[in-house]
Amino acid sequence: MSYMDKGLVELHELLKNGEVTSDELVKESIAKSHEVQDKYNAFVTILDDAKGGEVTDNILSAIPYGVKDNYSTKGILSTGSSNTLKDYVPFFNATAIDKLNAAGAVKVNKTVLDEFGMGGTGTTGHTGIVKNPWDPTRMCAGSSSGSACAVAAGVYPYATGSDTGDSIRKPAAYCGIVGYKPTYGMISRYGLFAFASSLDHCGALTRSVEDAAIVVDNMKGIDKNDMTTWDSSDIHLYDNLSKDVKGKKLCYIKEICNPSMYPNAGSELKEHLDNFYTVVDKCKELGMTVDEVSVDSKLLNALAAVYVVISCAEATSNMSNLTGIIFGPRSEGENYIDMMTDYRTKGFSPLIKRRFIIGSYVLQAQNKDRYFHNAQRVRRLLVDRWKELFKDYDAVILPVGSGPAKKFETDNDCVEEDTQILEEHLQVGNFGGFPSITIPDGFVNGLPVGVNITGNCYDDQNVLNIAYALEGTMNYKNQIAKEVK
Amino acid sequence: MLENYQVLIGLEMHCEISETNTKVFSSAKNGYSDTANVFIRPLDMGFPGTLPVVNKKAVEMALKASMILGCKQPEYIYFERKNYYYPDMPKNYQITQETKPAPVGIYGELKFDCKGKECTAIINNIHLEEDAASSDHYSTFSTIDYNRAGVPLLELVTDPCFHSADEAVAFLETMRSIYQYAGISEADTRKGQIRCDVNVSIMDKDVDPTDPKNWGTKVEIKNVNSFGGVRDAINYEIERQIELKEDGKYDEMEQQTRRWDEDSFTTIFMRSKVDAIDYKYFVEPNIPKFKVSDSWLESIRASIPELASERKAKYMNEYNLSEYDATVIVKEKPISDYYEEVISLGGEPKNAANWLTSIILGHLNKTETDIKDLFLSPKMLVDLMNMVSEGKISSKQSKEVMYKVLETEKEPNVIVKELGVEQISDDKTIRDIVVRVLDAHPDLIEDHRKGKNTFDFFVGQVMKETRGKANPSLTTQIIREEIEKR
Repeated sequence: MSYMDKGLVELHELLKNGEVTSDELVKESIAKSHEVQDKYNAFVTILDDAKGGEVTDNILSAIPYGVKDNYSTKGILSTGSSNTLKDYVPFFNATAIDKLNAAGAVKVNKTVLDEFGMGGTGTTGHTGIVKNPWDPTRMCAGSSSGSACAVAAGVYPYATGSDTGDSIRKPAAYCGIVGYKPTYGMISRYGLFAFASSLDHCGALTRSVEDAAIVVDNMKGIDKNDMTTWDSSDIHLYDNLSKDVKGKKLCYIKEICNPSMYPNAGSELKEHLDNFYTVVDKCKELGMTVDEVSVDSKLLNALAAVYVVISCAEATSNMSNLTGIIFGPRSEGENYIDMMTDYRTKGFSPLIKRRFIIGSYVLQAQNKDRYFHNAQRVRRLLVDRWKELFKDYDAVILPVGSGPAKKFETDNDCVEEDTQILEEHLQVGNFGGFPSITIPDGFVNGLPVGVNITGNCYDDQNVLNIAYALEGTMNYKNQIAKEVK
Repeated sequence: MLENYQVLIGLEMHCEISETNTKVFSSAKNGYSDTANVFIRPLDMGFPGTLPVVNKKAVEMALKASMILGCKQPEYIYFERKNYYYPDMPKNYQITQETKPAPVGIYGELKFDCKGKECTAIINNIHLEEDAASSDHYSTFSTIDYNRAGVPLLELVTDPCFHSADEAVAFLETMRSIYQYAGISEADTRKGQIRCDVNVSIMDKDVDPTDPKNWGTKVEIKNVNSFGGVRDAINYEIERQIELKEDGKYDEMEQQTRRWDEDSFTTIFMRSKVDAIDYKYFVEPNIPKFKVSDSWLESIRASIPELASERKAKYMNEYNLSEYDATVIVKEKPISDYYEEVISLGGEPKNAANWLTSIILGHLNKTETDIKDLFLSPKMLVDLMNMVSEGKISSKQSKEVMYKVLETEKEPNVIVKELGVEQISDDKTIRDIVVRVLDAHPDLIEDHRKGKNTFDFFVGQVMKETRGKANPSLTTQIIREEIEKR
């Protein structure tokens, strides 16, 4: 009998009724962690001595979960999947982790990410690549690769994630699970290793919309340590989940997902888009309207560049605290500059260094207006355009990526030109701080694909309810990855 | 040679805000300690995942300073990151304010007095930022104390509007007084709370100094940590630049940054303008911009206390103090506060000012004591003044008592008893003695009536019997009365 493949509400009932104990759940979760580690390399740390907790009225109590390794966890190695922090044991918890602790949730492991969340492949962590549990020759996407892999593989019902471009919502799609990033500032970022502060979000990877609501209910809240948080005490996502979405208005963007935009589409892309339109039909069957709207291609095509400029600029500044002098493995050197240079040269992967150089370049006095300030202007234009859509529509619905998980051998950090906008559009959710959720919506070549629903700021309930209703029309709730041959 | 040139000086004055409980972006205590690294939180050490949280009190004090300087306050408060690597700043960026978006204050003017001449300082801007850690450098190693890292710091930037070292220093002294009076900072250079950057240029005597085209090459001198240092650095730099002019080498001099070396009393080249650091400023994303409401500004404005210039006017106009005494008393707020308390306890203003300027300040200087640590409280001073006015001791004796109080740290009434200087002012005691003296010398009373001066003899006899303690004026009065009676 296994339990870790079940949803939170069912597990809570089982615990309440004494049909299983927290210790048994933790034991199972740790055993599965080792299994998944051997097969897919999803963890930086497995907490073998984790103990079960007390069962309370909180649904999360006594149930195991995983923590992305860029969350600061007191007394537990927290590396950000980087050699620069390979021995860093924080002395304080991220606020979100404190909140999960207070809920009685039990941490069992720390999951691999792309180094400091910079990357979308799951191949740049210092402990090696993370493989997709549906097909180990494919990637999980990233950067919440380990969390997505572990939740999909049934290690536990949920893991924390972070999302700067699409780092929760893309891996969720590739792994056939749910990835939810709430409105910016709903969950405190205190203790989350900063990548790009204006884009960074905390969130959750789960196997159902219901679980996503429960987890985020417990992670969220105003925090005196994070000035960008806001008071969401009157928002109760799980309590207010409703499948009654009749009359809701959705739209999708022609320039992103209309098949006519991809005359040379391969079979995977075709199937993925076809599948998306069946999902659109399902939305209509639920009583929602779905319109096709148009957004200027020029604006959409600037999206990826805007992301690179802003995220790299903020990252290069955010990560200048990594010198190996106060924390991290200190380098040898004649003086502090040599020590710092050696540490950073050896510690960061080439991908990150490339991004630091881009970040420095776009912030230099002679380039700042042309790149950084222009990127901020276009960010504003994109957000304004989406906000305009939200005047007429409850949410934007779009396919995630251009198909299922990619093979490792095609791995490179740049995206094929003609599907770039399909791959990158989720970043608008970060530009605007919009609540955004990905749920599985079918299979292409036996591999899961996902659909995303994004709404206006503070409208998380609406977004979740639409996803909840849509999820109910399909059979992917709580699905566990099975390797396809 | 100076008479052939005019000088333009601009200042950047950094002053720590010492009067908040916590640092500007972290919850660590804002304090001064001899023990290193006791006032630190994870943010101050740049630990991963930490975030800045703005101290609203610090912003209020910054806005208060902005108002006093007549600056324009912004509609929204923003902060920016200034990116550079240095061990005194573990995040390797400083959270500060730049001119775009606007900082807590732009474009102000402040009138100040320089040796009796009214001058005007043109304020370019004043902004709020975090201080860096303090470091000490030894021959083979350096130490860093992070207590100071994150302490709120006000940086005030003036236009090049001063024409001599005297003017620059007079302005700095005025600012220090403002910071103290407004309850923003102790503004204590000994604690390193004030640091200045000075820029100096010279131009020929006969050109129009208001036209920037005529300005000479700007030389910035970094990190001058005392007002004396500012004066010396400016004077040294003027002389150095004049020498270059005279030698025909001035035009070769590039715009540059130098530092003041306290040991050699010279400025030393650091870097030229072409090597200026690109700080890659951008708006701090972790601090949402926040609206400065009119009601908030109003309440801050209402909290601005009486400043030195206002107190000085009051002392001169209402208390009739000399300008010199008034200036001396208001110079340091704690002194002026002491004086205000003496007045509020009923001390006579002019008399109190005399005590303060003639004895107390000298004592503080000699013993290098802070007036806050002075044993003689305002209450004790008022008691002592009352003893004189009530005739308990003579004014000559009161000085003796004062010196003893300061020396032995015992209360004035105790000293008065110990010295035995307390006057006999009791009518009956003196009258009994006077009667006895007069009874013994009826002949001299006769002489007195005939116009002979025997009066002093009677006084002398009373003093002899009381060993000088009899209140002289009371004694005179009683002798007169008793002679009349006979």
